[in-house]
Amino acid sequence: MELYITKNEKATGKIIALDDMILTKDYPTAAGSKMLDGYMSLFNAEVVDRLTNGGYSIGGKAKVGELCIDLLGETSYFGAIERNDGTLITASSEIVKIGEALAAIGLDANGTSRRAAALNGQICVKPTYGTVSRFGTISIACSGEAVSVTANTVDAVKEVLDVIVGHDDKDGTSLSEEKCALLKSNAEFSPAKKIAIAKSITDSAEDSVKSKIEEVKSVLEANGIEVCEIDDSVLSVAKSAWNILMSAELCNNVSRYDGVKYGYRTPNYTTIDELYTNSRTEAFGELLKTAILFGSETLSTDNYMKMYDKGLRIRRIIVEKFAEIFESFDAVLLPASAKNAYTKADTDANKYIAYDENLYTAPASITGLPAVVAGGVQFIGKAFSENTLLDIASKLEGVGK
Amino acid sequence: MATKYETVIGLEVHIELATESKIFCSCSAKFGGEQNDHVCPACCGMPGMLPVVNKHVVDLGMTAGMMLNCDINRVTTFDKKSYYYPDLPGSYQTTQWFSPVAVNGTVRINTSKGEKDIRIKQIHMEEDAGKLVHDDWTNTTFVDFNRTSVPLIEIVSQPDLSSAEEVVAYLERLRSLLRFAKVSECRMEQGSMRCDVNLSVRPEGSNVLGVRTEMKNMNSISAIERAIEYETARHIDAIENGTEELVQETRRWDDIKGKSFAMRNKETAGDYRYFPDPNVMPVCIDDEWFDGIKASLPEFPEVKKDKYITELGLGEYDADLLTESRALCDVFEEAYAECGMAKEAANWIISNCMKVLNRKQLTADMLDINGKALGQLIKLVADGKVGNANARKILDEMFENDIEPEKYAEENGFIVSNDTSKIQDVINAVVAADQKSVADFKSGKEKALMALFGKCMKELKGNCDPQILREMLLKTIQ
Repeated sequence: MELYITKNEKATGKIIALDDMILTKDYPTAAGSKMLDGYMSLFNAEVVDRLTNGGYSIGGKAKVGELCIDLLGETSYFGAIERNDGTLITASSEIVKIGEALAAIGLDANGTSRRAAALNGQICVKPTYGTVSRFGTISIACSGEAVSVTANTVDAVKEVLDVIVGHDDKDGTSLSEEKCALLKSNAEFSPAKKIAIAKSITDSAEDSVKSKIEEVKSVLEANGIEVCEIDDSVLSVAKSAWNILMSAELCNNVSRYDGVKYGYRTPNYTTIDELYTNSRTEAFGELLKTAILFGSETLSTDNYMKMYDKGLRIRRIIVEKFAEIFESFDAVLLPASAKNAYTKADTDANKYIAYDENLYTAPASITGLPAVVAGGVQFIGKAFSENTLLDIASKLEGVGK
Repeated sequence: MATKYETVIGLEVHIELATESKIFCSCSAKFGGEQNDHVCPACCGMPGMLPVVNKHVVDLGMTAGMMLNCDINRVTTFDKKSYYYPDLPGSYQTTQWFSPVAVNGTVRINTSKGEKDIRIKQIHMEEDAGKLVHDDWTNTTFVDFNRTSVPLIEIVSQPDLSSAEEVVAYLERLRSLLRFAKVSECRMEQGSMRCDVNLSVRPEGSNVLGVRTEMKNMNSISAIERAIEYETARHIDAIENGTEELVQETRRWDDIKGKSFAMRNKETAGDYRYFPDPNVMPVCIDDEWFDGIKASLPEFPEVKKDKYITELGLGEYDADLLTESRALCDVFEEAYAECGMAKEAANWIISNCMKVLNRKQLTADMLDINGKALGQLIKLVADGKVGNANARKILDEMFENDIEPEKYAEENGFIVSNDTSKIQDVINAVVAADQKSVADFKSGKEKALMALFGKCMKELKGNCDPQILREMLLKTIQ
């Protein structure tokens, strides 16, 4: 069971594992794809520099699914990882779980980091959009993806988040230092008093997941927090809208992998069109190809207004719905996945299962709102409310493990 | 009676902006350099790089919009246009599709038929692509990314042009206005101004447009003229004689053959799948920014020319020459403000400065000297403190370094001294050494006086009032 693409055997002290979506100049970055197998970046991602300057040691690059858009990493060109009982494992989450790293840094575009942490009973934060630089991460869905932190404890997540949060001139969507400071662990915050359960999204999950939500609810209530159900029908539309936006942006972002400048180039070509087509056909996996075709379709002249533009409008509606919810509640509680475990049989039966599972992860992705996974479930809060969400998480340590 | 036809032409003009750096990274945007010298991971489309907008590009986009009487969109956005081509490293071009920086403008042109306003549909900002270099010998194509992400504006006109003459007048007007506003050098030969010509033909007076063809990437005014004439004749021939069926298509102009050719459909077909670039936040132009750009706009060249003639008393010829280039106007105005002598300032620029520029093989636009210092120099000459030959040496130095002319003259011994005893000493020595010239002069050879005069002036290092020297010399030898 190999969790690493490249492991740094010399790592000492506080060790951080990186998803293989985070570019490093000392180790290759393949993003789980044959296309980028062996690709050496000329520069480090901003998060990598911040971590190494902060005295952290890079433990290596953890395997990811191709371009990190699948369920748990099962589409990796370097092979899926399973436990003896057949359940799927996400490498970076597992490296932290078994104590080989203090925390894992991932790129959460399609919810993989959050999903894996929930299944592994860990803490994961997908911070507010624009507070952690995306410079040097392999782009998938730039309008909603975020650098995530996964650890076994709330304290470890906070510690690492403090290091990587901050303005970066190299990322045009990076927020000001002043804004970024709002979510550092020393910033003032109000603890949550009222939490809303997203009802229909929760109901769509399996009973094992629903009972986790119930368990979390009773712990929160025991802590004096009011928990009630709300109508979340608007939020459940986030899935379809995000699947459109994510695929469209993905299709454009991966168009740079054309076999001309770097990465895999087919030996089978005579014309430039054959070079493009055969390189991409031979190097990309099935899920990625489907996503590219779907994304391309949503941007075509015939479909743009019907699909992509509508996706943008739905994003706006969801942002407004959350704002309305946050007038009365401090956070929204919902599952991070439909099941408590997945096997290769699940992903073989439904190759596009990650698109379905976006029901749970898309609401935070499409809005850029912060999300925290703890106790096997997910909380979404107002922008910059990471401290409030992590405070909730601290009450759940020991739950869902 | 034979049908009369009119040509309907719309232009898309691409202009490279005069910025130091590229549109989304800090690489140099200058023309030239070794192949792939001006590149970084961002403009090479390497994974992990994010675009950061160069604010100066927006400044120049707004400036162009204002010069062409456009409305400025206060919230302007960048969008991605996807297509595969090896000179496009990310396989997409960042451009403006949904909310371009400027819309609804006009450009007034002057032709043999009088004045006419050409409407501008929009001006949008975008990045240029790289360049493919084909090597037939090895049958290999190389890519040069120096030009990738160099900022461009595209100026899209309405189909208001109806002849090659109007097109030429329009392009020259655009070039003059944008050079004046320092938006671009607009050099067609370096590709910093390129043009797509959309053309159709219809019976005169008809309000239905004919079948339109587009000729892309034209980069010489004379070729554009020839192409329009050829294409117009081809359309009319097709309509009248049915020589061929006109189809809406992109054509390539071959200036050597003097013909246009249909491009393979494959090169033009495709869906660009535009969508807003999520990595580039919408650019919001507040009042302060807008007003700052508005205040920085130059006067139009014809307004300046008029002022030079009526207020400063320059001749039409001089005023014309100066207003050819914003750089000349700037230096002229600064020099005039300093010395108060318009005619002299104009002369110094038109004769002496242009001579230096020619020697250095530079164009008028590249005149980059301190106008105030030039004004001081003109004053020094007018006051008789520095001789003409030395003044030209000082001017040469002004092209190299930012000097104070008077201080420089003092340090280099260029100040005229009218110490008559010193002058007399020099005259005596020169005359004593060249008795032949004295004899020649006395026998009526006027030229001999010039030889003696020159020798004295040389001995005095030019620092002498020529009038005084001449009089004293005559007195001595007569």
